[in-house]
Amino acid sequence: MVEEPRRDRAPDSGASSTNASSTNKSSTNALTIKVNGRVAEVEAPPGTPLLYVLTNDLELRGPKFGCGLAQCGACSVLLDGVEIRSCITPVASVVGKSITTLEGLANWHAEQKRLPQAPALHPLQQALIEVQAPHCGYCVSGMVVKASELLARNERPSDAEIRQHMNGHLCRCGTYPRLMQAIKLASRTMAGETP
Amino acid sequence: MKDSINTILARETGFSRRDLLKGGGALIVGFSLSPALSSAARADAVASPDPKLIDSWIAVHADNTATIIFGKCELGQGNTTGMLQIAGEELDLDMHQLSAVRCDTHVTPDQGATTSSSSIERGGPQLRAAAAEARQALLQLASARLNAPVTSLNVASGVVSVAGDPGRSVKYGELLGGKPFAVKLTGTAPRKAVEQYKLVGTRVPRVDLPDKVAAKYTHMQHVRVAGMLHGRIVRPRGQGPYGYGAKPLDIDQATIRDIPGARLVRKGDFIGVVAEREWDAVRAAQALKVTWEKRASLPGNASLYQVMRAAKTTDTRVVDDGDITKGFAQAEHVASATYELPYQAHLPFGPNCAIADVGPDAARVISSTQDVYNSRRMLADTLGLPPEKIHVQYYEGSGTFGHSCYEDAAQAAAIMSQVVGKPVRVQFMRWDEHGWDNFGPAHIAEVRAGIDAAGKIVAYEYQGWQHGWHVIETSQELAQLTAPQERTGGSNSIIVNRMSTGAMYAIPNRRVTSHAIPMLGLLKGSPLRSPMDMHYSFASEQVVDDLAHKAGIDPLDFRRRNIAGERWLGVLNAAAAAAGWTPRPAASLLSDAEVVTGRGIGIGTHHVSFGAAVAEIEVNRRTGVIVAKKLYGALDAGLAVNPGLIENQIVGMMVQATSRILKEEVTFSDSNVTSLDWVTYPILRFAEHPEVTPVVVQRLHEPSTGAGEEVMGSTGAAIANAFFDATGVRLTQYPMTPERVRAALAAARI
Repeated sequence: MVEEPRRDRAPDSGASSTNASSTNKSSTNALTIKVNGRVAEVEAPPGTPLLYVLTNDLELRGPKFGCGLAQCGACSVLLDGVEIRSCITPVASVVGKSITTLEGLANWHAEQKRLPQAPALHPLQQALIEVQAPHCGYCVSGMVVKASELLARNERPSDAEIRQHMNGHLCRCGTYPRLMQAIKLASRTMAGETP
Repeated sequence: MKDSINTILARETGFSRRDLLKGGGALIVGFSLSPALSSAARADAVASPDPKLIDSWIAVHADNTATIIFGKCELGQGNTTGMLQIAGEELDLDMHQLSAVRCDTHVTPDQGATTSSSSIERGGPQLRAAAAEARQALLQLASARLNAPVTSLNVASGVVSVAGDPGRSVKYGELLGGKPFAVKLTGTAPRKAVEQYKLVGTRVPRVDLPDKVAAKYTHMQHVRVAGMLHGRIVRPRGQGPYGYGAKPLDIDQATIRDIPGARLVRKGDFIGVVAEREWDAVRAAQALKVTWEKRASLPGNASLYQVMRAAKTTDTRVVDDGDITKGFAQAEHVASATYELPYQAHLPFGPNCAIADVGPDAARVISSTQDVYNSRRMLADTLGLPPEKIHVQYYEGSGTFGHSCYEDAAQAAAIMSQVVGKPVRVQFMRWDEHGWDNFGPAHIAEVRAGIDAAGKIVAYEYQGWQHGWHVIETSQELAQLTAPQERTGGSNSIIVNRMSTGAMYAIPNRRVTSHAIPMLGLLKGSPLRSPMDMHYSFASEQVVDDLAHKAGIDPLDFRRRNIAGERWLGVLNAAAAAAGWTPRPAASLLSDAEVVTGRGIGIGTHHVSFGAAVAEIEVNRRTGVIVAKKLYGALDAGLAVNPGLIENQIVGMMVQATSRILKEEVTFSDSNVTSLDWVTYPILRFAEHPEVTPVVVQRLHEPSTGAGEEVMGSTGAAIANAFFDATGVRLTQYPMTPERVRAALAAARI
């Protein structure tokens, strides 16, 4: 008898409540968290950093492990609209709050701007393609999350404001100049948008 | 579970190859994970693709699309897009009709490592030959189908039609869709003339970016396989002296007893932990108390260069043109200096990650290796399995810039999987990657050069000291207690690069000498982007600049007078023009202001392309802080298959080189590396980034050459020369940190 073929699992493109795949039954707790507008029940010890829940239990591909020390910004997500480092944020502390990852950013943007319909991509995601900014793309999620936080409250930030706001996010490939261009392009796009 | 791995492996392999023919973009790079497996089991042995068959390179599908198969990995440099352009050009297919597959020992042909900026330079011609031959095979089929001679056929977007009778046409997909070519490569098929190019030479957008910005791209760190455990390595924080391993004297397993499912994994001196939940593995690796043998024999940063100088050397005369003694006798001015240059680290932004599933007779390993075939050979050695029984699959991690810890992570996963009998995913922690990187080696340079009264360089001498590269990965060294091995000879050694040490100038009397010192007792070394060229250029181009200064000549003009050839001149002029360079000697506008400005120029390469850079910087003379304000970089990489990709590489290179020249240095005590994160090993931050203007010098009729490394050296040199222009002081060490700058300025005032 040949067993069911093993296959790599393709992560879902958005948050899902389907699969809290922990097989570890001891010392886990059922927690309900809200990610990208959807409610998910996960089983994890309450001290588990949110990042591991997002990547392993919800199988999201936006937030990434970069340092585990809140030094680099690869894991950034929005918590009630404010950028946080999910690698040092205990999952229990986000219960009752709203988490937005790169996957949910276009919807979040539409809500902020009261757009009738969410675009496929946040204007900054689109701008990143237009200026061909990313190289490996590993920093992109954190960069977009952080910049979207700025653009939501300041539609036309100055260069200096962008540099300062983004300074906690590192990129090893050296894409800063093009990220800068993309943020400015997105800013122009968003300022021209009709609500 | 383990019993069936061979069956699974064989089935999957059989499926993968056939799936390529079914196609339709199912295996687009970075898009989907391995698709569902075929139920048809294949018991025959797994062979790697034969590069002599067209089918190993190209699969044409019924929907008139094609999968292009090549063995160069997408590392974020965009080579997938460039390679698809090359294939699409020869086949007359459009970009939307093309997809690529990830590197895989059972799917992609062995094109060697994705290193030395070789994808387009060396991988491109192989793929072009295969595509040209595939086109001929398709034309033969079309000729029979349309009942028209091959010479009368035109192709556009994969549709073959008869000249003057466009109604008579047939699609590639109708000729061959889903079926193999079954044709051997002869290498004799005619290639398209450059004048006919429609796709090559254009700025096609990167094919991987839409998924990368939309959280749909699967980086290695996101790959999961069923039934796997999460693993972490346990080592001292920061490597010690190379060659002495890391010996655990005592392991207190009770320290992880309370962590659910956490389990110690040990083989030889290799130590790791596994757990079902990732956070438990992280916690266990931190909690496990290991007493390590301490070996306080590293020189520490303070004594490094002293120790390097005292080492026994193996000397190689790299260049010996003319007679330098005679040359220096003719010199009107001589400039010389000694440079001491640091260890630096790769540090992919996401630490390396790998998954291994090792059974008794076969293994599957997924990693971010730059060379799946070499990875397989190394894993075979570690696991005691024949290479053909090991299936290595590539997933892009984060930018690696040379030999970071990807093989080490793969080895660690394989060792742990073999011990525990389950698939194991190993994610290096930040301190693992920082502390156990294979560092770009430190270097000492002694450079002197002389010019005659006419401003011509008449003599040049470069002597360099450095150690070589490691051979065996740390995980294997620890598990098998192997003897230290260093790569010091042959084509892979790091003999001083002749191309970075004066080759850009016409110098009648030139000598370059490489002094290899042993790596034993120092730090583990390996190629770091444009290996060692930043060191060579920082030293060489400052001495050349000093000659110009001594002769009172503008540094650009001085280089033009001494340039070695048209292509060097081309990039020099292109960078200068972009910067709006106006002639004046360096350090001719010195000021006592707190913040002073300077501009500098440098030229350099890695191997065969041509690079030049201009830097405009600010120096705060009180704080010592240098800000790189604007950089201009020019690169001639022959035929630029996609100038947009090269411009993007220039931007990345110049920012990274700025980071390395201003900020980066591996620190270590007498026992361990101490730069273990982004605070202790700072890199350039967002607010500090320069504006970068990239210029591609297009040479349609020259072969395409590397474009991922060749502006690193000139960028660092241009910043160093700009510092001299701003302050009248030369720095002989980098990173050019505020402390170093303040010390150099203070010393110069005495």
